[in-house]
Amino acid sequence: MKNNNYNLKDFANDQEIKWCPGCGDYSILKQVQSILPNIGISKEKIVFISGIGCSSRFPYYMNTYGMHSIHGRATAVATGLKSSRPDLNVWVITGDGDSLSIGGNHLIHLLRRNLDLNILLFNNEIYGLTKGQYSPTSELGKTTKSTPLGSIDNPFNPISLSLGADASFIARAIDREPKHMRQILIEANNHRGTSLIEIYQNCNIFNDGAFSKFTNKDFKKNNSIYLENNKPLIFGDENDKGIKLDGIDPLIVDLNDKNISVEDLWIHDQKSIEKANILSRFSDINYNYSKFPRPFGIFFQKKRKCYEDEMLNQINFNFTEDDLNKLIAGDLSWNIK
Amino acid sequence: MSKIKKTLDNVTILFAGDSGDGIQLAGGQFTNNTAFYGNDLSTLPDFPAEIRAPIGTLAGVSGFQINFGSKVFTPGDNCDVLVAMNAASLKKNINKLRERGIIILNTSGFDKRNMRLAKIPDSDDPFDNFDLKNFIVHKIDITKLTRERLQNTDLEKKEIDRCKNMFVLGFIYWIFNRSINSTIIFLEQKFYNNKNILNANISVLKAGYNYGDTSETFSSRFDVKPRKMKKGSYRNILGNQAICLALVSASYKSKLDLFYSGYPITPASDILHQLSKYKSFGVRTFQAEDEISAICSAIGASFGGNLAVTASSGPGMALKTEALGLVFMLELPLIIINVQRGGPSTGLPTKTEQSDLLQAVYGRNGEAPIPVFAPSSPSDCFLVTYNACKIALKFMTPVIILSDGYIANGAEPWNFPVITDLEDFEYEFKKLKFSEKFNPYLRNENFVRNWAIPGTKDLEHTIGGLEKDNDSGDVSYEPENHQLMVKIRQAKVNNISNFIPDQKFSSGSTNSDMIIISWGSTYGVIQSSINELKKNGYDIAHIHINYIVPLPKNIEDILKYFEIILVPEINNGQLIKIIRDKFLVNAIPLNKIMGIPFNSHEIVNKVKSLLN
Ligand SMILES: Cc1ncc(C[n+]2csc(CCOP(=O)(O)OP(=O)(O)O)c2C)c(N)n1
Ligand code: SF4
Ligand SMILES: [Mg+2]
Repeated sequence: MKNNNYNLKDFANDQEIKWCPGCGDYSILKQVQSILPNIGISKEKIVFISGIGCSSRFPYYMNTYGMHSIHGRATAVATGLKSSRPDLNVWVITGDGDSLSIGGNHLIHLLRRNLDLNILLFNNEIYGLTKGQYSPTSELGKTTKSTPLGSIDNPFNPISLSLGADASFIARAIDREPKHMRQILIEANNHRGTSLIEIYQNCNIFNDGAFSKFTNKDFKKNNSIYLENNKPLIFGDENDKGIKLDGIDPLIVDLNDKNISVEDLWIHDQKSIEKANILSRFSDINYNYSKFPRPFGIFFQKKRKCYEDEMLNQINFNFTEDDLNKLIAGDLSWNIK
Repeated sequence: MSKIKKTLDNVTILFAGDSGDGIQLAGGQFTNNTAFYGNDLSTLPDFPAEIRAPIGTLAGVSGFQINFGSKVFTPGDNCDVLVAMNAASLKKNINKLRERGIIILNTSGFDKRNMRLAKIPDSDDPFDNFDLKNFIVHKIDITKLTRERLQNTDLEKKEIDRCKNMFVLGFIYWIFNRSINSTIIFLEQKFYNNKNILNANISVLKAGYNYGDTSETFSSRFDVKPRKMKKGSYRNILGNQAICLALVSASYKSKLDLFYSGYPITPASDILHQLSKYKSFGVRTFQAEDEISAICSAIGASFGGNLAVTASSGPGMALKTEALGLVFMLELPLIIINVQRGGPSTGLPTKTEQSDLLQAVYGRNGEAPIPVFAPSSPSDCFLVTYNACKIALKFMTPVIILSDGYIANGAEPWNFPVITDLEDFEYEFKKLKFSEKFNPYLRNENFVRNWAIPGTKDLEHTIGGLEKDNDSGDVSYEPENHQLMVKIRQAKVNNISNFIPDQKFSSGSTNSDMIIISWGSTYGVIQSSINELKKNGYDIAHIHINYIVPLPKNIEDILKYFEIILVPEINNGQLIKIIRDKFLVNAIPLNKIMGIPFNSHEIVNKVKSLLN
């Protein structure tokens, strides 16, 4: 769906970008600007709504419509915009604090309502803009300015949370894998319904290296797994490891082992919420699963009715002035002559 | 026996009973009938705070008061007629009855159980516990008569007892010489799919009516004089209903789709309920997950070019505060309705108060003036809401409407308009003219910025809560620019005073002995107090302020003529602070903070004490 008139530059503007040099936000901005020329939507129909945070400065750098709203509420603003203007292509830009702490309530309600828009959750596992407090995704024990003795807050797992809220498209990407991110962005945009993409984003000032396990050349392949629909779960330096399901228990297997064949492996199925639930647990939050590689890609996708369509279905715009006069007059009126 | 007819100017009836007795329905029916008959009227429902308060207790008493006649300003201070369906309702309301007033008692509501639940000592004759000698008392066993009337039906006892309110209604219709037809039509609509219940209700309604004719209870019937109203079409209206009709009309006239979002809260919920029924008029309603989402989604809709509205009450308004600052800063149109109730915190959810005025005027971080309008009666809600929409769109600003529980649930006759008579809207969506440079914060002669909605080619832009440069609209932290922007935004709101009506006198003139300044739902009671005072030779001026921010320009001139300025409010003194601040006058407060409106004698006494 190439829209030939546009290229990346059409979506950039002349605003000076204020993120710290080296911040992962730059990569996300660039990937978004590079896919927009290809989604077949006119520029004036595209809107970016953000909350507050470093990440939420994003709309200022886009040459589209945008709103930099208030902390945690971009999801709510976008809900009103999309339900009253279904013709628009709406993107929510939010941070881990913005969407999961102050805005947690609106996030889950947006996911359950399933408006057709895309949420880019910039997860740097820290509060960037307020200069480095721990966030709802920071790991237990993390020392930050507000947790000098280590965090005692158990973190959220955004993917599990979204599954629990019945989100219809859930994916993960990372700032340092631009090509993969672009592919996920496009898939998310093509999905009708609310798409949530958790994007690991390095904050090189307050939480540098939070995701180096998944970016460092030396060990990223052992620590991450890239999900592809209907393909077996394979990862590792030499693509020599796989994941097998034993009932509901995942197992890491060695593909060099003669007794193991690719046919035995777990085949990724984006339609299976049960499998998505298991995959979502692959993280350090759940000790039992911390040995598993971190999944990237689309965890889950399903077709579900969109709120704005259902809303429109109940509404009738074809009424006459006479109908309205009758409404005002009510059932019981009288005349004084 | 032939009965005598008497003609009266005004009558106040208080229907009272257990909240399960159908008091509100009976009151509502009598109200419609009364309006149709041509009386002026005003009503005051009094609900218990709990949904299912224990039956028979004082907490469970529900009341509906109606004042009707040739000229009516309030639901009435004292009642002429009290209907008490049980002991608790009599105990709670007997002090509201005037001397020689009529009490109609349902005797089965005074059995041992009801007396115990109402915490009244046991005695042989339950009525010994009440001082009834100054009243005209009619004891009727309404429960028994209702059961007798329906003994040959196969309804259950519970269903039969639920028809009691129709007996009362029928009887009251008889006393006031009315036709029961309006209620029969209403019942036919309500119970169209349940013939048994329909027939039972109609039968008991007729029984109540006939009881007046056949029993010797009453020797006289009353005619209450209709009001001489100006020519036109009338209906009955509640405040919340008028707000909804104004919003739908404004949407039609402005050619903007209406987007309403809210989170349930008493007494604002009825706005959500009613607008949700108007989907056939192009209305989008959204029940948000909380009040923050309610206002933020409305801001999103406004950004998208809708007529966006949200409503709540005190606690919900507190939650909307931060977003109010945002929409002020974005300079987008938005209507925010606060149907006030008793505060602070959860306060008195079902009672009325005017105590959120300072919150509306000042309750935001930073310098964030937002226009605040207040209707003075149920029907006035229409005009005030319609004008709020006009101002919001013309000036790209949020507007707060302060209604209250008393206005929201009170009814009065309304001379309603037709759509063609309503004023047109002035606003435009920005379109780029040839070779023009666009900036969303470029302003017209009224300091109003451009409204360019998403979907408009070549006007892509981002707005936000950060301070922006006056010239480019880009984010700016420049000291001088910030001061300039604060002043411009203030000037924009101040300038609205050139587009609202001058303040008029509701009574009196610059020559009067003193002036009363008021706002909101106290209009009626102050007017009736002033009329009473007039009869005693007092000449009192009254201005009732609908537009509080910005104030009408001529108020300052008016105040120059008066040494005595009285400001009665249902709060601890809020408008008075604004008046003293703006005009440096020694205004005198009169405050009532009981969750109920003023009585006229409270105002009359205060005025007399100031003038004597
Ligand atoms: C109501 C409110 N409370 C607090 C803040 C201060 N604040 C701004 S951004 C932020 C957290 C940002 O963290 P995150 O959402 O993770 O975004 P990041 O900066 O990391 O991209 C906070 C607490 C605010 N702007 N508004
Ligand atoms: S503080 Fe961190 S998140 Fe914020 S801009 Fe700098 S590097 Fe990026
Ligand atoms: Mg963060």
